[in-house]
Amino acid sequence: MLITQLKAKETIVSLAAGKKVFIINCQGCKEVHFPEAEVKELEKELADSGNVTGTITTDYICNPENMKLRLEKHKSEIEAADAVLVFSCGVGVQTVAGYLEDKKVYAACDTYPLPGFQGVTPLEYNCDQCGECYLNLTGGICPITACSKSLVNGQCGGSKNGKCEVDSEMECGWERIYRRLAQVGRLDALKCPTQVRNFATDDEVSK
Amino acid sequence: MKITEAFERGEFVVTAEVGPPKGFHIEHVLEEAKTYLSGITAVNVTDNQSSVMRLGSLATCKALKDEGLTPIFQLTCRDRNRIALQSDLLSAAMFGIENLLLLTGDHTKLGDHKAAKPVFDLDSVSLIHTVKQLEAGVDLGGNDLVGEAPKFAKGAVVSPCSDSVDAQLAKMERKVAAGCDYFQTQAVFEPEKFIQFMEKAKQFGKPVQVGIIIPKSAGMAKFMNNNVAGIHVPDEMIEELKKDKEKTKAGITGVEIAARIIKECRPYCQGVHIMALGWESKVPELLKQAGI
Repeated sequence: MLITQLKAKETIVSLAAGKKVFIINCQGCKEVHFPEAEVKELEKELADSGNVTGTITTDYICNPENMKLRLEKHKSEIEAADAVLVFSCGVGVQTVAGYLEDKKVYAACDTYPLPGFQGVTPLEYNCDQCGECYLNLTGGICPITACSKSLVNGQCGGSKNGKCEVDSEMECGWERIYRRLAQVGRLDALKCPTQVRNFATDDEVSK
Repeated sequence: MKITEAFERGEFVVTAEVGPPKGFHIEHVLEEAKTYLSGITAVNVTDNQSSVMRLGSLATCKALKDEGLTPIFQLTCRDRNRIALQSDLLSAAMFGIENLLLLTGDHTKLGDHKAAKPVFDLDSVSLIHTVKQLEAGVDLGGNDLVGEAPKFAKGAVVSPCSDSVDAQLAKMERKVAAGCDYFQTQAVFEPEKFIQFMEKAKQFGKPVQVGIIIPKSAGMAKFMNNNVAGIHVPDEMIEELKKDKEKTKAGITGVEIAARIIKECRPYCQGVHIMALGWESKVPELLKQAGI
């Protein structure tokens, strides 16, 4: 089972500040605890500010084909937005970020693990359920799973021809992150304060 | 002595590295360091380099210091969590070791204990941040240290000839923001790339020592090209190493090449860091030829 928890309200508000946003809610997965009521309340506040171009509540955005199909109907609303705010687990955010290549895609939730049966994370397993989602600092590519050292402060010196020192078949995660941030005009995200991971995952941590 | 004092005096700072042995007898390392490296500013001691288990960096630093040399304690995040890292930093301070080179470290998969757990609790940037915090008298858990806070010269590395140099510069900037005092680079064989890199890196205002490896053979150069990140030995240099096998074997060609690279890079940086990889005996001749 997975638990997604809303990031701090100030964090989400600051992500959306001054931008037109399109909102995606994912409520498909029966194994995921989704903070439905809080999300509704927060989204109402955002909508009242007049900067929401559209909202979609759907299921299984972690499945790329399904997600594309669902978003197709909202194409113009997404185009009108400066950023897309995703309320889902880390897999869902990354699937959306991978699809909407030229959009800023932000995670509104942190994904926590819970012992026992693990929820449905179909296709690529790219969320480690670390509880302190870094996707907003890394252009929607997870540094925990995309980097073999799970580095959170940038590229190490081990990348050769764009490939990881550990596996010559694996693309350097931080090179992907750098490229993506450049593409969406967010290289300033690399100037964030030094990140120190918190392995005490029962603590509430929000970024 | 802190290496930063030498930079502040405007010296062209020379350092070289030694690698501890896979065993506990260190006489040979100390003898070589005393004979060939006593004239330079400081001596780096590698920390289980390439993820190969060896005698400890901290213990070797202490032994070098007892011999009158100035050690630079290399510390990686691969084998220790934040508790062990901070503990070793306090131990270094107790021994009077004042210079650090703080690295993420190679992955365990590259070394001779491939089944080992790679730690990476911290990384190079958060390790610099941690040292900075210790210097303020507080540990990473937010607890006060007892008594005097340690003070270090905090060094880090950067890879100027990397094929993703922009990502490297971004990381360098984060290291500076975290409190890094000076940089040593990955080995440079392409001075023009290094010079381009320095044009961008000088904005950070921190001293940079160009990294130098003395090429031992054409085979070694090719091996590095295929296997070592951030290093590219150009074809004409490989040809030069092939030309006179005896001269290359004697180390003469390698020293000539390395001296030439130092001379070309010198106007653009604040020092040189030599990774002799067993050829410590050639360091005095290299420095002579480079005009240092």
